[in-house]
Amino acid sequence: MTEIFGVPTQALFGQLLIGLINGSFYALLSLGLAVIFGLLNIINFTHGAQYMLGAFVAYLLLTKLGIGYWWSLLIVPIVVGATGVVIERLMLSKLYKLDHLYGLLLTFGLALIIQGLFRNEFGSSGQPYQIPEQLQGGFNLGFMFLPKYRGWIIVASLAVCLATWFVIERTKLGAYLRAATENPQLVQAFGVNVPRMITLTYGFGVGLAALAGVMAAPVYQVSPQMGADLIIVVFAVVVIGGMGSILGSIVTGFGLGLIEGLTKVFYPEASSTVIFIIMAIVLLVRPAGLFGTQK
Amino acid sequence: MNAPLSAAERRRAETTRVHRIAFFVMLAVLVLAPLVVYPVFMMKVMCFALFACAFNLLIGFGGLLSFGHAMFLGSAGYAAAHAAKVWGLTPELAILFGTACAGVLGYVAGLLAIRRQGIYFAMITLALAQMVYFFSLQANFTGGEDGIQGVPRGHLFGVIDLGNVYAMYAVVLVIFLIGFGIVYRAIHSPFGQVLKAIRENEPRATSLGYDTDKFKHLAFVLSATLAGLAGATKSIVFQLASLTDVHWSMSGEVVLMTLLGGMGTVFGPVVGAAVIISMQNYLAQLGAWVTIVQGVIFVVCVLAFRRGIVGEIGHWLKKPL
Repeated sequence: MTEIFGVPTQALFGQLLIGLINGSFYALLSLGLAVIFGLLNIINFTHGAQYMLGAFVAYLLLTKLGIGYWWSLLIVPIVVGATGVVIERLMLSKLYKLDHLYGLLLTFGLALIIQGLFRNEFGSSGQPYQIPEQLQGGFNLGFMFLPKYRGWIIVASLAVCLATWFVIERTKLGAYLRAATENPQLVQAFGVNVPRMITLTYGFGVGLAALAGVMAAPVYQVSPQMGADLIIVVFAVVVIGGMGSILGSIVTGFGLGLIEGLTKVFYPEASSTVIFIIMAIVLLVRPAGLFGTQK
Repeated sequence: MNAPLSAAERRRAETTRVHRIAFFVMLAVLVLAPLVVYPVFMMKVMCFALFACAFNLLIGFGGLLSFGHAMFLGSAGYAAAHAAKVWGLTPELAILFGTACAGVLGYVAGLLAIRRQGIYFAMITLALAQMVYFFSLQANFTGGEDGIQGVPRGHLFGVIDLGNVYAMYAVVLVIFLIGFGIVYRAIHSPFGQVLKAIRENEPRATSLGYDTDKFKHLAFVLSATLAGLAGATKSIVFQLASLTDVHWSMSGEVVLMTLLGGMGTVFGPVVGAAVIISMQNYLAQLGAWVTIVQGVIFVVCVLAFRRGIVGEIGHWLKKPL
């Protein structure tokens, strides 16, 4: 068996693949957080719960209604995004004039409620979700075995991330969005319905989290706590990347996933803390984050 | 000779008088409570009340929302438990050691966290606390999932047996009063005034010549140390230091206590802690419903009840409590 730095290549590439998978989710979730933060100035603490909600709705669609993975990819983000729209209209919109910390507290409370309700209903143990037929099996790449579904996650999340980047940075709609981030009053004066844009942006960000949840369902177990710890890591990713740029959060998400994977190979004890350590270093060297601008 | 007092001086004297009355009411309740309710429950309330007061120092007067205060509570608990159990220190030394550890951790964490403001500050403290959580999960001396169990309460100063529940109660009460006094003193000192100025308008405070980072850092260390005092005391009282105290949900709980009691009020955190701990106690058999109820309280407080219990009472009496 071939080795690199005393580590079998199989193990190395295996961990790198897991790192890339985790990175895909970091990227998707931190992207959603960044989009929401850009316009609402709120850190959406419910993001982890909404990711979990995505996985659960997919699971329920499959077990109760027999609706499969592919339809779930389309339906779930819309359904969960719609709940996000309701939350924004009923609650978040009342807080825009206050200190932004209240938004954080509100969304934290909502996360507790959602996670608690699901724990009551389904218990703490995970529910399995079948990988769709078309994506079972895998490819032998010579140096490693790549399960099809894992490859799909990386490709799909990259595609979603880049599409989001394209919409925000290269289209007219995105231009409105960026303008409203800079100066909402002025954009409103030009006749753009900014409140509706804010509502839809929140719904979109939540939909992204739900999409990540559907994609995660076959890889991780579908459990009420699946988003709770993940979201804290994603917060660290956001601090490292800075929320200034869309591409920045994509690159940081994938990069940190890879670093985490490598740490699992070379120094497994630190694999759960490495992202936080990197965050500390980044804060010392570049407090605004790698891609951020200090306001 | 009595020079006429200025309006500001009269207001300050009035505030002090109101605070004194409220303080004696609180003291009376705490002294008499063990006659009515279970003393261990009251000790838990006091530990969390101190924890919430320490947290309130940052959010209520410095405008800094720390979402990782469990790291100070928990790590001080581990340090004190380790000192008492493995090194065989007397309880007062174990508590001091735990408190000092939290202070050092607060110094380091504060150095990192104050580099960003607002929402970032909250995320950074949360992430740092999660790091401490993983460390506690893996380190050898913390006992992983089991925690440190069977911590001896020992003899205070080597003399007074804290196995006696009333002796323990008196010690916790004194520690709580000391901590409460320090917080009260801090927020009514020139230091506290500068802190409030920074909260209201940081650039202006800077322009007046204050090194705002230094003030924020000092407030952070003070808050962390007092949170550590609460955690160290708690581990001696309950003879247990566990992962629960370092988990992020604990950080959330202290935010909730302070929010419910009234952010930026002197007595709010104490009331908030008492309400939340009682609720957990009486709803314990309902399992996950406790989390849901806490979430609902969060949402209601933020949407409709931002002054909190004590803040509302103070507003109603037109006196700052």
